[in-house]
Formats: sequence, C-alpha cells, structure tokens
Amino acid sequence: MEGFGPAFAFWMLSLITLVAAGGVMVSRNLLHAVLFLIVTFVGVAGFFVLLSAEFLAMAQIIIYVGAIAVLVLFAILLTPRASRDNGETKMAAPAALLAAALGAVTVFVIHDTNWDRATESPNLAVSALGEALLNTWVLPFELASVLLTASLVGAIMLVRSPEEEAEDVLK
Amino acid sequence: MIGMYHFLTVAALLFSMGLLIALSKRNAIGVLMGVEIMLNAVNVTLLTFSRFSTTDTPVAGQTFVVMIITVAAAEAAVGLALAVSLYRNRQTIDVDQANLLRS
Repeated sequence: MEGFGPAFAFWMLSLITLVAAGGVMVSRNLLHAVLFLIVTFVGVAGFFVLLSAEFLAMAQIIIYVGAIAVLVLFAILLTPRASRDNGETKMAAPAALLAAALGAVTVFVIHDTNWDRATESPNLAVSALGEALLNTWVLPFELASVLLTASLVGAIMLVRSPEEEAEDVLK
Repeated sequence: MIGMYHFLTVAALLFSMGLLIALSKRNAIGVLMGVEIMLNAVNVTLLTFSRFSTTDTPVAGQTFVVMIITVAAAEAAVGLALAVSLYRNRQTIDVDQANLLRS
C-alpha cells in the first residue's frame, strides 16, 4: 500500500480504534463504554475499507453498529436496577498480566516473521464474494441461517418472563 | 509504506485489549463487549491475510469474515439474553455474583 493517503488513513484509524478500545476499558459508566465500543466498530470498518473489503465494511456498520450495539443498549435498558458500574473484578491484575503477555508474544512473533514475500492481491469485486457464498460455500451459508434461527429462538426462550411460561403450561 | 506487518500488529493489540476487557470486567455486558472487540480484531487479521496473499481462492478470507460476523451476531443475541435472564433471577448482572451452581 504505497503513498501518503493509505498511510495517513491507517495511522489515524489505528489511533481511533485503539484509543476507543481503551475507552471501553477505562470508562466507569457502562453507557459510555457502549459509545466507545461503537467508535471501535466504526474504526474496524475503516480498516475493512483500507483492506478493500467494501462490502464487509458496510456489513460491519450495519450489523455491529446497527444491530449489536443497539442490542447491548437494549440489554442495559432491560436491566434497570442492576449496577451501571463498569468496574473490574478482583482478578483484574492477573488478567492485565495475561493480556499484556499475549500482546507482547503476538507482536514479537509478527515482528520476527518475514512478510516480504506477501504481495497485494488484486481487488475483489463484491460479485466474487456473492458467487463464492452461493456456489462454493453454499452449505456453510445455509447453516449460518439455521444458526441465526436457532439463536433467535434461544434468545426469546431465555428472556421470557416466568408469568408467560406459566400461561403456556396452563394451555 | 503500510504492509501486512502494520495491520497484523494493530489487530494483535486490539485483540489483547479485548482479552483484557473480557477477563477483567465485572459486568456481564462489559465482558460481552470485550468478546466483540476480540472478534473484530480476528476479522481484521483474516482480511489482512486475504488481501496480502496470492492463493487460488482469494475470496476465502472474506467468506470467513462473513461467517464470523454471523456467529458474532448470534453470540451477542444469546449472550445478552443470558444477561437479562441472570438479572431476572439475581437482580444483578455482575459475573462474580453469578454463583448459582456453587453449593
């Protein structure tokens, strides 16, 4: 990726994404953490554009920002008397140690590997992705819809109130 | 010049940050946010490999990401339903209060 434009976009996106992820970590209020999470998702969508996966960037915005973030907000609103505190457990120090160790090892391995042979592949059209999903990988694609249906039914089962369940038993 | 190395490093940092959030947060919704960040970091890694490698099936990496986004959506729906269900039973969504199985 040559030139000033991609490099500038990359560094700005890295800054925004990592700072927003840090914001999810440090913000004390759960609602502020969700707003930082949305910024992280948008930053990752920017990376997808930079990696010339435009369709996935759109999907990222629609699914993560439009659906998952709203779902998280709904979960917060549906638990009114629970604590809105975004604090840490007692195991925060070992967790920080583990995460730092993992990050250090991965960055070291990435740094130590020779990536010179990797070349940029030509841009993919969205139609290529559609063809791959509906020809080569049609079975996983259909399985994904089964999975979504199952998770939808499971989520509804989990959040049904006890009164509704009692009514169903009486019928 | 921005190459594979830069993208992979940022994805690794994002992943370890998500791991830290998922492991250290007391709130169940906070833990789920960490898991979502980790999934996003993995997606960036997969797309980097798909972009910077020449294979017979260049679209495979993007297909992987489509599947991961689908599973992430399902996981978020079920995970947040679990959080709401936990709140119904215990009036809290703190994961260290979820000790129903402890005798």
